[in-house]
Amino acid sequence: MKLLNANGICYQELNKRIRELLKQGEDTIQLQGVLGHRYIGAGIKGNRRIIIKGIPGNDTAAYLDGPKVVINGNAQDAVANTMNSGCVIIHGNVGDTAGYAMRGGEIYIKGNAGYRTGIHMKEYYNKKPVIVIGGRAGDFLGEYMAGGIIILLGLGLKDGEELTGNFCGTGMHGGAIYLRGSIKPERLGKGVEIAAPDDGDMVIIRTYVKRYAKYFGLGHNEIMKGNFVKLRAYSSRPFKSLYAY
Amino acid sequence: MSLSYLTSEYIIERNRERCIDCQVCVRQCANKAHRFDEEEQRVVSDDEKCVNCHRCVVLCPTKALCIRRNPLEFRENANWTPGAIRDIYKQSETGRILLTGMGNDRPYPIYWDHILLNASQVTNPSIDPLREPMELKTYLGRKPEKLKVENGRLAEKLPPQIELKIPVMFSAMSFGSISINACKAMAMAASELGIMFNTGEGGFHKDLQKFGKNAIVQVASGRFGVDTDYLNTGAAIEIKIGQGAKPGIGGHLPGEKVGEEVSATRMIPLGTDAISPAPHHDIYSIEDLRQLIYSLKEATNYEKPVSVKVAAVHNAAAICSGIARAGADIIAIDGFRGGTGAAPVRIRDHVGIPVEMALAAVDTRLREEGIRNQVSLVCAGSVRNSADIMKAVALGADAVYIASSALIAMGCHMCQKCYTGKCNWGIATQDPYLVKRLNPEIAAKRLVNLLNAWAHEMKEILGGMGINAIESLRGNRLMLRGIGLNDRELKILGIKAAGE
Repeated sequence: MKLLNANGICYQELNKRIRELLKQGEDTIQLQGVLGHRYIGAGIKGNRRIIIKGIPGNDTAAYLDGPKVVINGNAQDAVANTMNSGCVIIHGNVGDTAGYAMRGGEIYIKGNAGYRTGIHMKEYYNKKPVIVIGGRAGDFLGEYMAGGIIILLGLGLKDGEELTGNFCGTGMHGGAIYLRGSIKPERLGKGVEIAAPDDGDMVIIRTYVKRYAKYFGLGHNEIMKGNFVKLRAYSSRPFKSLYAY
Repeated sequence: MSLSYLTSEYIIERNRERCIDCQVCVRQCANKAHRFDEEEQRVVSDDEKCVNCHRCVVLCPTKALCIRRNPLEFRENANWTPGAIRDIYKQSETGRILLTGMGNDRPYPIYWDHILLNASQVTNPSIDPLREPMELKTYLGRKPEKLKVENGRLAEKLPPQIELKIPVMFSAMSFGSISINACKAMAMAASELGIMFNTGEGGFHKDLQKFGKNAIVQVASGRFGVDTDYLNTGAAIEIKIGQGAKPGIGGHLPGEKVGEEVSATRMIPLGTDAISPAPHHDIYSIEDLRQLIYSLKEATNYEKPVSVKVAAVHNAAAICSGIARAGADIIAIDGFRGGTGAAPVRIRDHVGIPVEMALAAVDTRLREEGIRNQVSLVCAGSVRNSADIMKAVALGADAVYIASSALIAMGCHMCQKCYTGKCNWGIATQDPYLVKRLNPEIAAKRLVNLLNAWAHEMKEILGGMGINAIESLRGNRLMLRGIGLNDRELKILGIKAAGE
């Protein structure tokens, strides 16, 4: 493992050093003193690990393709933007557009997520991205979602606090959002319906909740006691009858 | 549904003396405008299905076919044209948005045709390009404020550049909107010509990746096909913000076109609508654009120039100034006559501005702000010939994008039905039966021929002006004069009137 101190250096220099270490074959890099440095781990590949102490800036783990990125703190906007594979674990909250257009890999967020989490998520062949959010999510969760799985646990919600904001799943045309708890129909975006999860859905939920619980030292049985609902798209062809040919 | 009021737009004339009922036309028409009548044992036609793509006309061995506009006329009316009436019939029958393909076909002024080029007489003599060396090579990318030279060599590394042997590139057309054979033809031609093709937001098909040195890979809101390998395989990366044919409108590739290959190349689910909306939901400001530009630069180790493509709209100059300041290395400006595989008719025909105006305004603005060197400008949106290119360069472009011209070279007949997926020329289709009609080698050769011919013409034009390098024409608006333009238009274009 290699230690890197981010204190006092700009993001370009920090990321350059990370790339150099990875090129030298280093498989684990621990960053200290991270304070708003952007693009940490952008575009890196392979079976590596980056452990971040502090608060990384926007676009952390963008285009990630394989590595595991652990953030011991909050993450900002666009974490795991267009992620291809790997795992991002955030011991805190995240800003907006986490997992934008991700098509593989897993993101575990201990706390809450901002707006437009999982926007444009998609799946193909054997790739199926997963986002697990421990707390609540802002507006437009799973917007334009074309595939993959979002699990929203609602742990630690205060009285009267709701799981999601407005327009949940708007434009969704694939994939599934699982909510632990309930959602008011008026929070749903156009094209989304509420369904009861079947046995297959429950296997999926249990698998990822177990991992979530393990990463953050929580009991998964306790979490699984909650009631889950499934949100899915009415159609995979939302624009089928929009145009005159 | 009640009776359709629509009558056929075209009539198919079959010269019965020439027709041998061989059924070539029947097999060639994906719209099924021709069929063989078993009872009568002869080929008959259905005018209503004809889109006037000339496929049957060109392939008919006895030249027995001709397509004409249907002479059926409405009562003469300068306001209610046949097109306006037909559109209402169509929408009142379907309740849907009217769709079209290719570029704006309305009779707006074409400013290229109101600009004239200069030539030398007596003083500053013209140059004979057949005898003397002429340079068309150009480099796209950020240029430094000044060059530091030590011992005759550059002391500092230049920002990444892409080299173009002629200042023309194939504009973004995705695999999905066009066939793999059309993509292959452009990739092969780009490689042979030393220029670039552009993947559009269609991913990088495995058969095209060997042409990565000549590829600009596109990143748009849906991020189709974008991963680390994709970004690193291309020579440059282009962020698509807008398209001239449909500013403010995104892309919807209908699910029926998302087959195995398109799904694998775009990395999206099979058979679902591929939705790439106009807004990038992570970009709400110039600062946010900077974030995407730099995330791409970080992911590619600052080795690739990053281009930003925008539609030419009202505040193009201010927008492009922002884009330059956001860190883009190249800005592509796409005018309102640019083509598309599919766009709503009302958007295509009524939104955006001519690229000539936008280009001139942007170049002027960037010069005034002293940041013109920070970006290269690429002019797109209906560049039809070598004279258009020279005028674009003189207005300030570093290079141009061509797409409609390239498709026409490959066989497109501008029927504007790309969105149906039934392109009889094998270009805008995913139907394997139609796709194989386009031979990539032959199409590539046609593209190479076209651009070699244009290159010769560009050298002739440059030589005539007494200029021996394209770099010396760039932004050289003294080489242009306007004809039939008012003062305001001349001022925006930054050119004098003919005779001045």
